[in-house]
Amino acid sequence: MTKAIISINHVTKDFGSVRAVNDANFEIAEGEFFSLLGPSGCGKTTLLRILAGFEVPSAGSIYIDGRDVTLLPPNHRPVNMVFQNYAIFPHLNVASNIAFGMRRSGLSKAELAERIEEMLELIRLPGYGERGAHELSGGQRQRVALARALIKQPKVLLLDEPLGALDKKLREQMQIELRQLQQQVGITFVFVTHDQEEALTLSDRIAVMSQGDVLEISTPGELYEAPRSRFVADFIGTMNFFDCIVGDYRGGVLSADSAELGPVRVACTTPPAAPGEGFVLAIRPEKFQLVFDDAGASANTVRGRMGPSAYLGDRSHFYVYLEGRNEPVSVALPNLARSLDRIRGVDQEVWLTWPEDAAVLLPREE
Amino acid sequence: MAATRLKLNGLGLYAIAYLGFLYLPVAVLPVFSFNDSQYVAFPLKGFTLRWYDELADSYGLLNALGNSIRVALCVSVLSTVLGVFAAKAVTRYRMHGRGGLIGFIMVPLVIPEIILGISLLMTFSLSDVRLSLVTVGIGHLLLCVPFSMLVLISRMEGFDRSMEEAARDLGENAWGTFWRVTFPIIFPGVVASLLLTFTISFDEFVLAFFLSGSDATLPLHIWSQLRFPERLPSVLSLGAIIVVASTIVVFVAEFVRRRGVQLAPPRA
Repeated sequence: MTKAIISINHVTKDFGSVRAVNDANFEIAEGEFFSLLGPSGCGKTTLLRILAGFEVPSAGSIYIDGRDVTLLPPNHRPVNMVFQNYAIFPHLNVASNIAFGMRRSGLSKAELAERIEEMLELIRLPGYGERGAHELSGGQRQRVALARALIKQPKVLLLDEPLGALDKKLREQMQIELRQLQQQVGITFVFVTHDQEEALTLSDRIAVMSQGDVLEISTPGELYEAPRSRFVADFIGTMNFFDCIVGDYRGGVLSADSAELGPVRVACTTPPAAPGEGFVLAIRPEKFQLVFDDAGASANTVRGRMGPSAYLGDRSHFYVYLEGRNEPVSVALPNLARSLDRIRGVDQEVWLTWPEDAAVLLPREE
Repeated sequence: MAATRLKLNGLGLYAIAYLGFLYLPVAVLPVFSFNDSQYVAFPLKGFTLRWYDELADSYGLLNALGNSIRVALCVSVLSTVLGVFAAKAVTRYRMHGRGGLIGFIMVPLVIPEIILGISLLMTFSLSDVRLSLVTVGIGHLLLCVPFSMLVLISRMEGFDRSMEEAARDLGENAWGTFWRVTFPIIFPGVVASLLLTFTISFDEFVLAFFLSGSDATLPLHIWSQLRFPERLPSVLSLGAIIVVASTIVVFVAEFVRRRGVQLAPPRA
């Protein structure tokens, strides 16, 4: 990992009797696109506001660019923020909004005007300087908020759900622009979102938070393919969970038993628990294959009944009911040519199979 | 969109009667201020400007008008300044007993003025403060701060706190944030507060009656003049001038307010 630009050392924040952030302890590397992801109320925004200087941690310290900023007010920190509702100043036009933070920059009027024009180019709103704040659309406000922060050339840009207020199409477009912009300016971005898809698309690394705790910090790929806890596995994408009992472990392959799946074989480097103990097997919907002929009773094969399905254009989702399991198993298949021709509909007898390296092993949580 | 024609049903008649009741008495003022007779009675006599002439010569009246304007100006500015601070404190900081504090400041709104007047008079005489326009001003301030607060709290609550945070984030200190962001955004509220408190102080009678000493404010002076029938017409002419002036002020204030509304951010 390259040099850390932010280090968060055992930071805890209490609001009265509510613990908003619980012992957050990690670093963010220079130039990284880092996301704080979690459901609302998980503490991600509080942590961001602590980085910005709007909240003082109850315990712990924050270093930015090697300096202890824990008690430094927001106006003395080398970070800038893009607010959730953009907080564009309503009484100023676009150029004055962008120039707001440059009062003490020492630039001449002409230099400043040039910088503003550069920023307007960067956010692809050239010639918008004289527009009033109320004349801007949501996407434009968002870009002006970005320019207003970036013109300060901060070490770190903090973004508080900046895409939440935009509609889906615009949001996807802004995601791409945001990522390009970040690579262009090379500034560290700390991005707060509750939208896991957004976090996966944008981030170099993601910290998943829940109820004040940072559960896991990983790359998007690791979070999706090898989550380390049931909460993360469940929160990122869709996941099917099965309780299993550890059996033999030989040659990198674990044999296990599941009441719902029957005999199971999983490739793993170490067994998740001692023989005879329980663990949770997690399988993504797209790792399954649907088989329509009797596949017999081998490992990693289970018989089920077709439940409701949904056609999503590029892929289809199915629910498959297993014997002895109340909730259906989620299965997703790409809509390749003719591959689904043999589906007859609800109650059809099908077999699910999955490869040995498709499943994730998780500890059983009490 | 086609305008619906106003129908003269019961509700329409009520509205007309209501507006008449509201404005006819006010209209009487200018009408009789130009009437060439000492007595306020129909039929009208000839047209004259002599009451306005007399007004210009009436030292006592002009003096009282001056007193009232001075008191009202000081009171409106002071109470608006205090109102801005109080409203900012109440809306922006987490503090204990916030509700109780607001209630405490608002109490003068519901205490009968006559009680307030007597208690202030007692306080001043017990502490040997000579009654003057200053004591009137202090009494009016007590009365006006709650109104300033009401107007400014609603304005403060109406705009997003993150505006101020954004200013801090962009490098402004608390002072700069107030002048560059908070004040421009609450400016229409400030104007409204100034006008409202000016008006309250300008025509306040009861407190002034108790606290003015020998310096009469305008309401006190007018009241004292009512004993002399021949002075009434010039009081009417003064009244007419005040009505016209306040109408102009209200229009200006409304103009400022609308500009403020336009500038306010659209609600997300």
